[in-house]
Amino acid sequence: MLDYRLSDETESLRTTVREFAQEVIAPQIGEFYERDEFPTEIVRQMGELGLFGLPFPEEYGGGGGTYFDLCVALEELARVDSSMAITVEAGVSLGAMPIFRFGTEEQKREWLPRLCAGEALGAFGLTEAGGGSDAGSTRTTARLEDGHWVINGSKAFITNSGTDLTELVTVTAVTGDKPQGGKEISAIIVPSGTPGFSVGKRYSKVGWNASDTRELSFDDCRVPEENLVGQRGRGFAQFLSILDEGRIAISALSVGLAQGCVDESIKYAAEREAFGQPIGRNQAIQFMIADMEVRASTARLAYYRAAEKMLRGEPFRREASIAKLYSSEVAMDNARYATQVHGGYGFMNEFPVGRFYRDAKILEIGEGTSEVQRMLIARDLGVG
Amino acid sequence: MNIVVLVKQVPDSGSERKLDPADNTVARAAADNVINEMDEYAIEEALTIKEAQGGEVTVLTVGPDSATDAIRKALSMGADKAVHVVDDAIHGSCAVQTSAVIAAALGQMEYDLVMCGAEATDAQLSVMPALLAERLGLPQLSGARKVTIEGGTAKVERQTDGGFWALEAPLPAIISTWDTINEPRYPSFKGIMAAKKKPVETRSLADLGLDAGSVGLASATSKVLDFAGRPPKGEGVKVTDEGDGAQKFVDYLAGQKIV
Repeated sequence: MLDYRLSDETESLRTTVREFAQEVIAPQIGEFYERDEFPTEIVRQMGELGLFGLPFPEEYGGGGGTYFDLCVALEELARVDSSMAITVEAGVSLGAMPIFRFGTEEQKREWLPRLCAGEALGAFGLTEAGGGSDAGSTRTTARLEDGHWVINGSKAFITNSGTDLTELVTVTAVTGDKPQGGKEISAIIVPSGTPGFSVGKRYSKVGWNASDTRELSFDDCRVPEENLVGQRGRGFAQFLSILDEGRIAISALSVGLAQGCVDESIKYAAEREAFGQPIGRNQAIQFMIADMEVRASTARLAYYRAAEKMLRGEPFRREASIAKLYSSEVAMDNARYATQVHGGYGFMNEFPVGRFYRDAKILEIGEGTSEVQRMLIARDLGVG
Repeated sequence: MNIVVLVKQVPDSGSERKLDPADNTVARAAADNVINEMDEYAIEEALTIKEAQGGEVTVLTVGPDSATDAIRKALSMGADKAVHVVDDAIHGSCAVQTSAVIAAALGQMEYDLVMCGAEATDAQLSVMPALLAERLGLPQLSGARKVTIEGGTAKVERQTDGGFWALEAPLPAIISTWDTINEPRYPSFKGIMAAKKKPVETRSLADLGLDAGSVGLASATSKVLDFAGRPPKGEGVKVTDEGDGAQKFVDYLAGQKIV
């Protein structure tokens, strides 16, 4: 059986998010981007649409949809703007998902309803200045003292960690040594405003400028022992287990950007005249746009394929890596060609493609670099 | 407060729209069909009234099978249930005939208020509230930019070119709304998921006690005899500035009633 048509509900979601992105996000996001500002009101409205609760059950305030529904919504957001797409992606996959997957019933009841409604944002503090995907390099520590975790250290590149809506960060920290050697890493919820927990100023980034990314530091920050998420010593393993689905989400986001490049190029090719005719009459422009559409369409199939296997409960690690690798490179290619179609105006911030160009590069880096994906695919094929 | 909102599916006014050369009716099959934009304001207003005063919002649609998409959108926004009048014989009906179908359907429903958009973006006749008011013997408060329901009375501000008229009428009444009245909500994902469980009843002409011969293109009171595409955009007006450019510019804007 082969059927990649969307269900009526998913199609309605796609249409709604598309309209929202075009009518609410598109007219104002450029200014937030220029000002390096997080658009709190837009994020609240995305919360009202239910985007932050899409894949979670209704009993925790979620929408009762699937992770694929989330991906479809991310694609439509990124088609217009990646900063808002990554804000939703991180809010769901990094803010709420660890609590939903590994949290206690009390933690779920306490945090998920507000996270699902988009009234609160959660962040995940894993990366440190010294290294990303390397668990052994974690330097932040948490020691147990009088029923409290006492956390010391710092975290780097943490999305959604310092917005007006942020209410918690789940932090990974070394909580001891494993019996077999190596560091024991655990995940701990730190509510915003906890004494000893400070949030740095926003990074100056190349792209995703309307999203919130900060450095965090912990100086004898004390939180109750029951803020441990999941098992002690499983903090990194737990994170790795939700990484694969996150790759499908980043793939969907990449496809959205790639498709947005097609949309903008079609529009511009029809409007812009040179030598007495629209530039879209030139075969050079036609071929560039046709190739962009081919890339966006095939990349979409790649993430649909990975999502389909995930929804069926089958192993999907290789497909997720393929989708993430391919679609992020497609996003980069399409951003380059879309900018070329726009000529000089592609270098001006008033056109969305300039934003797309700046937003594309991080897709080849975050959630596992292209090199990590190639390594995983080769390893899965038994090469080397 | 039970409110029936009349919803029409129309070809998207934002994309290319065509008439079917076979019978000069709106070509719906190939069009990008959406809920009539103006109806979304009526739905929003009905939902706002319901949220404040309780009751139910029912969507009433006359249209082909594909009109279920428009119904689903209205239900996703928060309407409680829907009635869909669908019958092949209705194809090509004029506004007068359609109003008979809607009036017959309303005759089988309980309501305090009937609401609709001030116009449908396909034919833009804006006559349905008046036709229904006549058939049902109800007051019509058309072209509202503000609606207040107090006790058994509906008060509206009817939008005009120069301002508004304050009108009121006892319920039940028919109110049509312009797009100045509110900002329609987007369906939430929960709304979308809930919509599939909401009841949609379908009615044929026979269910409504109507004769198939009384509707449709053959007995319509008006027909499109001929049509032509919009002429291509002209060159525009070129004004040479001979020291009075500003005056000419203002004269042009005034002539177009822009200022």
